[in-house]
Amino acid sequence: MSIEVSGVNKRYGDFVALEDINLTIPTGQLTALLGPSGGGKTTLLRVIAGLETPDTGSVVIEGKDATSLPVQKRNVGFVFQHYAAFKHLSVAKNVAFGLEIRKRPRAEIQKKVDELLELVHLSQFGNRLPSQLSGGQRQRMALARALAIEPSVLLLDEPFGALDAKVRKELRDWLRRLHDEVHVTTVFVTHDQEEALEVADEIVVVNQGGIEQIGTPEQLYDEPANDFVMSFLGDVTTLGGSLIRPHDVEVTPSPISEHSVEGTVSRVLRIGFEVRLTVLTDDGEVVTAELTRTHARALQLEEGVNVFVTPSPGAYTMRAPSSAA
Amino acid sequence: MTATIPEVRSAAPRSSRPASTLTLTSGIGLGVTMLWFSLLVLIPLVAVIITASTGGWSAFADQLTNEQTAAAILLTIRSALVVTLVNVVIGTVIAWVLVRDRFWGKGLLEVIIDIPFALPTIVAGLVLLSLYGAESPLGLHWANTSTSVYLALAFVTLPFVVRMVQPVLEELDADVEEAAASLGASRSTTFRRIILPSLAPAIAAGAALSFARGMGEYGSLVLLSGNLPFESEVASVRILSAIENDNPEGAAAIAAMLLVVSLLVIVVLDLIQRRMVRRG
Repeated sequence: MSIEVSGVNKRYGDFVALEDINLTIPTGQLTALLGPSGGGKTTLLRVIAGLETPDTGSVVIEGKDATSLPVQKRNVGFVFQHYAAFKHLSVAKNVAFGLEIRKRPRAEIQKKVDELLELVHLSQFGNRLPSQLSGGQRQRMALARALAIEPSVLLLDEPFGALDAKVRKELRDWLRRLHDEVHVTTVFVTHDQEEALEVADEIVVVNQGGIEQIGTPEQLYDEPANDFVMSFLGDVTTLGGSLIRPHDVEVTPSPISEHSVEGTVSRVLRIGFEVRLTVLTDDGEVVTAELTRTHARALQLEEGVNVFVTPSPGAYTMRAPSSAA
Repeated sequence: MTATIPEVRSAAPRSSRPASTLTLTSGIGLGVTMLWFSLLVLIPLVAVIITASTGGWSAFADQLTNEQTAAAILLTIRSALVVTLVNVVIGTVIAWVLVRDRFWGKGLLEVIIDIPFALPTIVAGLVLLSLYGAESPLGLHWANTSTSVYLALAFVTLPFVVRMVQPVLEELDADVEEAAASLGASRSTTFRRIILPSLAPAIAAGAALSFARGMGEYGSLVLLSGNLPFESEVASVRILSAIENDNPEGAAAIAAMLLVVSLLVIVVLDLIQRRMVRRG
């Protein structure tokens, strides 16, 4: 096991940033720390890196107790949200920094830097200054710089958070492919569930200083441990007192099972290929359903139409916490 | 054969830059700038040079090789250089403390730093005289010695480096230092290779201001130094006495000399700064 965090607590004054965190991150995998902002995921990452000292608990990296090691000695690669580029150094010098600190022979540094720039597709940009690069390029440079020291673990703090949507998506794909090539144990922090579901082998959901659930993207989406995980990983609505995903709600003109509930369409919202439907049931529930455009058209759905809503067979539902009260 | 060369040339980024970006409004702006600059700076400077050169090269050299004048100029350059060096170190330290540390009385210190700026120089001279003069409460009798020149210059030039470095230091991102640390750099290595190069332009600018001010300082040191020839007489005092003795050529010669040295030092500082930034 590559990283073992046990019994970690961290407070800032009265604010509990991390509470009794126990976590094992397997070697060679891409793990996402997912959660809302202020939930403690970045603090956890910084504790692993040694940029933050936990009040209690220990951090073991590759079998070695790193709790009292300063960040310089942990051999971790860290990538920051805002790139943290060394502005006065060229791209190649940025990448070479960690190796120069380690006093590696000049030829070796040169070779390694060339390899890494190739890997992150910045070979032509070695002599440029970071200010002459785009955001996505700067973050790739930061990644190459972190990989240069051959870290035992690579830690990324909201690495794509400062980039626009299109570049984000590209870099996300690229990070996945890069990881399949390099295989370094990687942990990245994100608040974007889509990013986590798409890229990670394993997701750790962090909320209010604690871990809500650990699992593969499928496990988390299909069998969320609680209503927080369920609602954080995707849209949810309530139907018959249970939480259910809107795309698991079937809309029909007549009842199809004993679970069917009658209601009136109160809103039709078209977003690209999908149609989002709000149905006011006769029991007084507001149900959201998602349909494809063609399906909605076939049903001739418009505001005021009477429909039946039913949970799809095999849909995952969960008792809604508010209705239990 | 000639056809291939321009093709290579056209790839250079330089050729894509237009020769001038002036529009009507920016043209007027430039005109006003040049006029103002000429009236206030260029023309008076040229006048000084012309006055200095009326007697020809040998008269100019004679003025400067006068033993008393040479001693005054040397003292001025030496004290301005020493004080600038001190400011570079101490000023950076003060800026660092003001930006990075939190302590009781920091707000007060922020204000006090500017006092040498704000104080009329003759008042500064009086303050120094009462502290280090014949009736010094500290028992430091530095009046009428060359030490008083260094002291007065250090007093009036203190804020320059501090105030230039401070905003740049505030702008430095903490994550850059953390990135350096995660790559294995110790605190001192991070300071030397990451922080200092970022501060170099500001330090150089502060040093240039400090040096230029030191070269021309008059008010703050004239009371305490006593203006003793060969001991505590500086160039600006020497210029005044030349004027009083109806020797405008002599005054202009000294002024021209100060001008040249100041320019030289500013150029050298700029070179050092560029070098530091590049080397990292």
